[in-house]
Amino acid sequence: MNREEIILAIKDIIQTIAPDEDLSELKTDVRLRDQIELDSMDFLDIVMELRKRYGVQVPEEDYKELATLDGCVAYLAPHMQGKTLKVGV
Amino acid sequence: MANERYDAVVVGAGMSGLAAGIRLAQYDKRVVVLDRHALWGGLNSFYKRGGRRYDTGLHALTNWAPPGEKSTPLPKLLRQLRIGRDELDLAEQGFSEVVVGGARLSFGNGRASIEDAVARAFPAEIDGFRALVQAVLAHDPFGAQADSGSARARLSTWIRDPLLVECLLVPVAFYGSAREDEVEWDLFVVLFRSMFLEGLARPVGGIKTLLDALRRRLLECGGELRMRAGVERILLDEHGAARGVRLDGGEELECERVLSSAGRVETLRLVGVESPAEHLGRLSFCETTSILTRPTAALGHGATMVFFSFDERFAYRRPAGLVDATSGVVCASDNYQRHEYGDAGVYRVTCLANHDLWSALPDDDYQAAKRASADQMLAAAGKVALDPRPHTTAFDMFTPKTIRRYTGHLGGAVYGSPAKARDGHVGVERLHLVGTDQGTLGIVGSLLSGVAAANRHVLMAPTR
Repeated sequence: MNREEIILAIKDIIQTIAPDEDLSELKTDVRLRDQIELDSMDFLDIVMELRKRYGVQVPEEDYKELATLDGCVAYLAPHMQGKTLKVGV
Repeated sequence: MANERYDAVVVGAGMSGLAAGIRLAQYDKRVVVLDRHALWGGLNSFYKRGGRRYDTGLHALTNWAPPGEKSTPLPKLLRQLRIGRDELDLAEQGFSEVVVGGARLSFGNGRASIEDAVARAFPAEIDGFRALVQAVLAHDPFGAQADSGSARARLSTWIRDPLLVECLLVPVAFYGSAREDEVEWDLFVVLFRSMFLEGLARPVGGIKTLLDALRRRLLECGGELRMRAGVERILLDEHGAARGVRLDGGEELECERVLSSAGRVETLRLVGVESPAEHLGRLSFCETTSILTRPTAALGHGATMVFFSFDERFAYRRPAGLVDATSGVVCASDNYQRHEYGDAGVYRVTCLANHDLWSALPDDDYQAAKRASADQMLAAAGKVALDPRPHTTAFDMFTPKTIRRYTGHLGGAVYGSPAKARDGHVGVERLHLVGTDQGTLGIVGSLLSGVAAANRHVLMAPTR
């Protein structure tokens, strides 16, 4: 998966968890929780969805790497190689 | 027999058990939620009689949040369960009252409304009350500041008039205190926010609307819900850790973890451990439901809820007689802003009751005792709200004995044990409590406890 696809994958997961959030204006270099209402329980859900959809395991000590969309891309790129984007699941 | 191995078995299909089941099923855990009874919901359920549906438990859903609010407990909970707010079809209360002695507070939802109520009824206390609200908002009952000291004592640091102190304690005690006489400060903080600063609402359709949404979500995620499947025993392995359950019929289910909403004392009993007597809850209730010929408001009573105590110092304890009708809760379900009752009124009265006395009654005396107690309760309600008896077309009542029979809570203890286990541990590996004996409160609190336990003990647990 390339950068754009990883961002799409993350945004689709967030939209599943928080259907009432508008994600169209999300900046990639600003912390997600500063732009939309996401708490630690929601981050757990992002991690659980990554595992469910892509088989990617994120240990608890690495949750902080997912704070921004850019962070997500940097951290997930090696794990998402060769995976197929799944949106709207 | 060939055992099917589950990631988790959940004992009890009440609010906490259903929520835990949904969270686990949502992330592809193999989970089954078991309950001895035919209907799910536990304390918050319903039954049919004479072609009518009677709700148990739910008077009001606390933690009302206006549409668009995202940061308070109810929207957070719905997000975790992926249940749309629209599905609950929440109708706000009109207004509610607290009546203690000669004082009456009349309030709607939200902080401004309760502050207005206090300013009207206790004008000399409004500055102290605002300071109290600030203190409540600043207190984190789940963090390092946790404080199980006396709420009555804490309140008197801001409020001088003992009557206002009692006015604030009465609704909070009735909505969740498992301890006699004393409301803990932490519990007060949680419920004061939930009931007053957020507010009261009700799903149109009553508890069934919520129960249908929870069941649908559980099944949609692939979770199993098995009714008439009572757990007779929690099974332990050779190291003393939970390994499964045995059902009433003898069938055994193997699992990684057991989440039990049966209550602290009741869960330990399922592993063969008896608890000290002081861990048994002593607080139970009788509740009447009267179906009225006309809407309650048309009969002259406009409030949604009335929390009352005739005594100026409220006695929240197991009564010496069958019921204590000197205090209680009145709920006119048709005084929510929207409801499904058409032109009928639905009027409920709840009072403290003594489980042991009800249980000891011979069958021949039970019905007569119900009638006599109902008369006391309805007459009491008449003094602060409406006496429904002249307007009643259908009537039913439950007692602590009914609560025990249908929920398995020893002593009919609606709010469980006074000895809470906040982390859910009862000293058995891979067995975790969920629900009221974690010290969570109300329907929203119970659901959140199931979510939190599923997250912590299963989803975030290292795989073995």
